Amino acid sequence: MKNVASMVARVASLIATPLVPADYVSLVRPLVLANRARVEAVRDEAPGVRTLVLRPGRGWRTHRAGQHVRIGVAVDGRIATRTFTIASSPDSRDLEITVKVQGRVSRALVEATPVGTIISLSLASGEFTIPEGAPIRPLFITAGSGITPVMSMLRTFALRGTMPDVAHVHFAREHVIFNAELRALAAAHPTYGLTIIDTSVDPRRLTAALLAELVPDFATRTAYACGPQRLLEQLPVQARTEHFGAVLAPVADAAPGLVQIGAAKLRSDGRTPLLRLAEEAGLAPRHGCRMGICHTCDVTLKSGCVRDLRTGARIDEPGTKIQLCVCAASGDVALSD
Amino acid sequence: MTTQDIEAFGRELDIIQRDVVASLGDSDRHYIRRAITVQRSLALGGRLVIFASLPLLATPLFVPVIALGTLSLGVAKILENMEIGHNILHGQWDWMADPQIHSSTWEWDNVCPADQWKHSHNVMHHTWTNVIGKDRDVGYDILRVTDKQPWKPVYLLQPVYNVVLAFLFQWGVAMHDIDLGALRRKELSVDDVRPLLRGIAKKAGKQLVKDYVLWPLLAGPFFLPVLLANLVANGMRNLWSYAIIFCGHFPDGAQTFSTMSIEGETRGEWYRRQVLGSCNISGGPLFHVMSGNLSHQIEHHLFPDMPSNRYPQIAPKVEALCATYGIHYNKGSFARQLGTTMRTILRLALPSRARKLAVAA
Repeated sequence: MKNVASMVARVASLIATPLVPADYVSLVRPLVLANRARVEAVRDEAPGVRTLVLRPGRGWRTHRAGQHVRIGVAVDGRIATRTFTIASSPDSRDLEITVKVQGRVSRALVEATPVGTIISLSLASGEFTIPEGAPIRPLFITAGSGITPVMSMLRTFALRGTMPDVAHVHFAREHVIFNAELRALAAAHPTYGLTIIDTSVDPRRLTAALLAELVPDFATRTAYACGPQRLLEQLPVQARTEHFGAVLAPVADAAPGLVQIGAAKLRSDGRTPLLRLAEEAGLAPRHGCRMGICHTCDVTLKSGCVRDLRTGARIDEPGTKIQLCVCAASGDVALSD
Repeated sequence: MTTQDIEAFGRELDIIQRDVVASLGDSDRHYIRRAITVQRSLALGGRLVIFASLPLLATPLFVPVIALGTLSLGVAKILENMEIGHNILHGQWDWMADPQIHSSTWEWDNVCPADQWKHSHNVMHHTWTNVIGKDRDVGYDILRVTDKQPWKPVYLLQPVYNVVLAFLFQWGVAMHDIDLGALRRKELSVDDVRPLLRGIAKKAGKQLVKDYVLWPLLAGPFFLPVLLANLVANGMRNLWSYAIIFCGHFPDGAQTFSTMSIEGETRGEWYRRQVLGSCNISGGPLFHVMSGNLSHQIEHHLFPDMPSNRYPQIAPKVEALCATYGIHYNKGSFARQLGTTMRTILRLALPSRARKLAVAA
């Protein structure tokens, strides 16, 4: 049977050459193609924050709570790709991302992506997850939209009826995403201890003392933290962390110069990531995660020196593959297209 | 024209291009995506209508229905090769950064492999437009289309093989990257072009199996009508693309250049050569789309990677600019451009009596 099916698939692909049969089927059923999804519904969570309910196309494999996906959407006709954490539980019927307006792409997703839009969607990846089956007493430290991976974990515990002994400290300014749902979870599950600190009215900030006061046994818990780089730099505990965008090292000795990418020549200040430099000059390099994970934006260094902005390390070996999204030029640089 | 004039002309063209690039956006993306959707619907719909005609074989309805299906498939193949394939392979849509619609990954419904086309056409023809000895599109190594090409006895036969080329045009396109002249002069050996031939064989094999084996087989006992319908659809595409493409650089008034004359060419002079060597065809919006906007050959040669839907918008500006700077802008009806091209091919089959030199503007 399997052989017959694969024979049929082979003949079908020959019959559609140079396309594939799915290219024709997708005229009426767009989701037969892999790496895409349709926006099925939208839900406003707070001002500038919207949840998109997605229906993934063929080939989607479920995620683990806490993982993220790369989503591509057309902005001014150009496909822009960004990474978003999945907020829904893998056990839930719907795949959801909750997006806060932060830049051009998130604004397009929140404000200009109506129900029915087809967007591109990668498989889920990421290690900010809770090991399956092992007993765990987590401490969640989250801020702002950093709540999303933890929301996926909490929803999963609730759906499975396996809510462990959880301590959760969440910082938000004015509008708390998932406010009602978080409080309902805390009310329904006595083992889920939630503290929400609204930093617009509450002067308390994340310190060891505050943590000791709110979660006296914090040192014996497994800590997970997700939020802006500022929060992660101040963590009073060892934690597994997740951050939106690469964590960048400070550049003390930026060397401006000329960057040659293919035929284009761009002026660099020595600290702007090459991907942003190219996009600001109107080029459209291929890219994916924009945080140094997926290697979609790799190009070859022909001459000169670049700096890996995550570590500050210099790369000057011609022929090395470098990542445009996390490297800046250091002086004059030539890159292959 | 003074050197300053030519450079000023070039700068004005640069501004036209910059303005278009700056304004590219969602509506352009919708245009190419809609073109692809329409094309695929016509292709699939055409094939289904051809199949629907088969049970009607014994009725008077058979001929009109199969003709309709064949027409739809032929139009789809024309759109696919011209407005979609040719233009995507030029990188006109790469600015969208859409992996589905990108010159680096696109393959077209033609026996010519896309990678070979991108070299022979985008690199050789568009860089060296109408430079004799450099641009193989000047007669495609087999036709004499300007009296600057020395006459040889074989050209006596060109009125005949010109017609053969028209019917088999995609095969001419497939052989395009193989330097027949260099092979004849023994500068290249068959071994040198073997990788290219292998690429063509692989691509052509798939194309032939699709149209002349698998689709006809699906029709079972009606194998032959389906095969013939596909043959006619491919033939329509061949004749149409031949006609449009031959109107690009061969009509009366199009100029050719020598390698000497382009030495040290500036950007402005390059632009001027593209205008003088190219010819536009007048027509309505549907005609322009069906020609892949190669009816705006001049604009296409000035800006080969500009999305084709923008050529009609900039054409009046380019024409006005050419008038201002006194550069001949060759525009004519389809009948005029094709008619003078065919007359040239017939006339140049015979040796030229008196050598007439084209006067440069």
